[in-house]
Amino acid sequence: MRNAQAIPIREIPLLPAEEFCAAVLEAIQHEARLAALFCAPAFGELRLFAILAEDRLGVLHALSAPAGHAYPSLTPDCPQAHLFEREIWETWGVTPLGHPWLKPVRFPKLDLRGQAITGPDVGLAKFMEAQGEAAHEVAVGPVHAGIIEPGHFRFLCHGEDVLHLEISLGYQHRGVERAILGEPGGGPGPRFMHYMQTLAGDTTIGHATAACQSLEALSGCRVPAGALTLRAIALELERLANHAGDLGALAMDVGFLPSSSFLGRIRGDFLNMTAKLCGSRFGRGLVKPGGTGFDLDKSRAEAVLAHLAQVFPQAMESVELLWSTPSVVSRFERTGAVSHVDALALGLVGVAARACDLEIDVRQDYPVGAYAFSHVPVAVAQTGDVAGRAFVRHMELLHSEKFLTEHLTHLPANAGANEDFAAPVGNLAPEHLSVSLVEGWRGEICHVALTDATGRFAAYKVVDPSFHNWAGLAMALRNQQISDFPICNKSFNLSYCGHDL
Amino acid sequence: MPAFLTIHWDALGRILAGLVLCPLLFGVINRVKAKFAGRQGQPLLQTYFDLARLLRKGAVYSSTTSWVFPLGPMLGLGCTLAALTLAPLGGQPGLFSFEGDLFLFAGLMSLGRFATAAAALDTGSSFEGMGASREMQFAVPAELAQILGFVALAQATGAYSLAEMLARLDLARWQIFGPVLALTATALFLVLLAETCRIPVDDPNTHLELTMIHEVMVLDHSGPDFAFILYGQGVKIWTLGAILTGVLIPARGDALSAAALGAAGIFGLALIIGIAESSMARLKLLLVPRLLVGATALSCLALILLLR
Repeated sequence: MRNAQAIPIREIPLLPAEEFCAAVLEAIQHEARLAALFCAPAFGELRLFAILAEDRLGVLHALSAPAGHAYPSLTPDCPQAHLFEREIWETWGVTPLGHPWLKPVRFPKLDLRGQAITGPDVGLAKFMEAQGEAAHEVAVGPVHAGIIEPGHFRFLCHGEDVLHLEISLGYQHRGVERAILGEPGGGPGPRFMHYMQTLAGDTTIGHATAACQSLEALSGCRVPAGALTLRAIALELERLANHAGDLGALAMDVGFLPSSSFLGRIRGDFLNMTAKLCGSRFGRGLVKPGGTGFDLDKSRAEAVLAHLAQVFPQAMESVELLWSTPSVVSRFERTGAVSHVDALALGLVGVAARACDLEIDVRQDYPVGAYAFSHVPVAVAQTGDVAGRAFVRHMELLHSEKFLTEHLTHLPANAGANEDFAAPVGNLAPEHLSVSLVEGWRGEICHVALTDATGRFAAYKVVDPSFHNWAGLAMALRNQQISDFPICNKSFNLSYCGHDL
Repeated sequence: MPAFLTIHWDALGRILAGLVLCPLLFGVINRVKAKFAGRQGQPLLQTYFDLARLLRKGAVYSSTTSWVFPLGPMLGLGCTLAALTLAPLGGQPGLFSFEGDLFLFAGLMSLGRFATAAAALDTGSSFEGMGASREMQFAVPAELAQILGFVALAQATGAYSLAEMLARLDLARWQIFGPVLALTATALFLVLLAETCRIPVDDPNTHLELTMIHEVMVLDHSGPDFAFILYGQGVKIWTLGAILTGVLIPARGDALSAAALGAAGIFGLALIIGIAESSMARLKLLLVPRLLVGATALSCLALILLLR
């Protein structure tokens, strides 16, 4: 199947659990990536679903198996499955036999049907331990200095060197997937888009677009060209704002004042451009099922374009200042490196993966919407370190600006009339499955929707890029200095609430 | 009173000036940084307001701490104040001077550091333990650089008290010992940056506890205790700055104008610190000892040049 396409659940291969695992492992060995692995009810039983992404071919595969009470774990041979399997175990009680580190992910108190489940309180779990006189542990969080989200980091250290970092999240778990299903009459309900826009506040456009693509795929709705362009424009503006903010935050963490203060201001300028499109700096209400909530006329497009032309050179100047300051470069280089092999094994996505020389980008590999008509080059770096991740962000700023200038200048001829920005969304096809991928600024956002016999959601699975990438951060810290953790963390800049859902 | 000890009562005015003006140094540094960042910046007198606010507050003590914990800020400030009474300003002597007081000066700095680190370890927090270990690790090369720098100055001037040493450093001596004094001054500048926790050694403005050195040691102090620490930092910049500018500015006129020139020099130093902090990133923690060993090497080189 392709991105943003729906297929009948009956057509998905249903294999016995052992064969299912063998098939997934074989696909992973042949360059496929696990985009999602989850349990969902279908045809009166609980089934395991795997969504495999073949990036080079731009094809997605869905496989399913009856879940039962246990199945052979994929994790020993396929590390990228580890969080997915822990999630399945804690929500559904389906045990992946032979999982090497089976512990809760989000510590939920209710399952997806709203029934209470017994489990430890959030954060109470077994952690890796190190023995020996000189080994010591440093626990950071869940309450942090500074205004950031809660998460617990447990460092096993030998002096200043980090032997291992274990990350324990779940403090932001609020049960979004359960809430979507629990709306009156079953999902999607009136609050669906609200939940989607607040999955991760900094990725409002990304998640909202992915959610709308799901609904449109399931209902067979054709989105007008103007709306597709406007969605892509908003997505790239979101990328500009966040990448600029991240580069500024990296500068702040190494104590480099000029870039940090200017990029912080410039991030606000990019957010204001989104506000000019829809009235909300984060793009709330812009992306709607069937199209967009706002139109884009020539005069506003030109205003955004003029603002962009004024601000973007300033942003580039500040970023180039980072690379021309030796003390900054020496701080970024060889800090928090993840190898190409590890990145592949952990199934990293987005900026973190591209910094490890993995050429994956949903906009190139699974293009839909405006990206089907114009190619955005994929920015990669070879080093996999903080410098690599900063460099990828720098290049993506350039590519996004080019995309924006092009599309804001050449709007579809009749853009402006309201009917070009919204189409009605009909009923969802019953017993179908849709996979919707969007390259958010962090990386691949994956939404999988399953409908039941009445055309209501039977399951709605959200995979934020952070879900793949937190393990990459833990890996980046191996044998690094503990004092380098903040800058490594900032170079990944992962979402807590996107992970915790 | 022992015969070798000299008391310069006229230094009281200079010390008072230092005590009053030292919080203003933070104001100058922060104003320079704000200008570089394109911001307006906090008021120049902000540190005075902060000190007043902290002194009005109560202090919170964790139940896991002992008497060592509240002792840290007091002893730390006490040591710095004692060091201030030894430090000449603009070539004019401090309150006390005697032969070999340069070792007492270095010793007081170390004792203050010990008190802060002991208080940090007393909390039992893993962060503060880490900070104390870093501070102590970096103190080894920093102290060595400072003492060797003093010894080089002593050798160049033939005097063994700070007051006499700096009083003898006039233009004529700069002409003879120029390279030696320049090397020593560079070493003392690097020591000053390390001792006062400025970039590139430490970042006083960071909120990232894992990267901090000095700041993380004082995380648990609050209220008046923290005011002591903040004020102690100001006194420390002033004291070390007074000695450094004493070396750098060899003009020696009448007592008042020399002292005024010395004070102006310290504010000039704050300006330079501000510019340095605005134009470079912090060093990787692993590289900090190398910088300080570099400072020690400069001091050694100065000494070797004198002894050849």
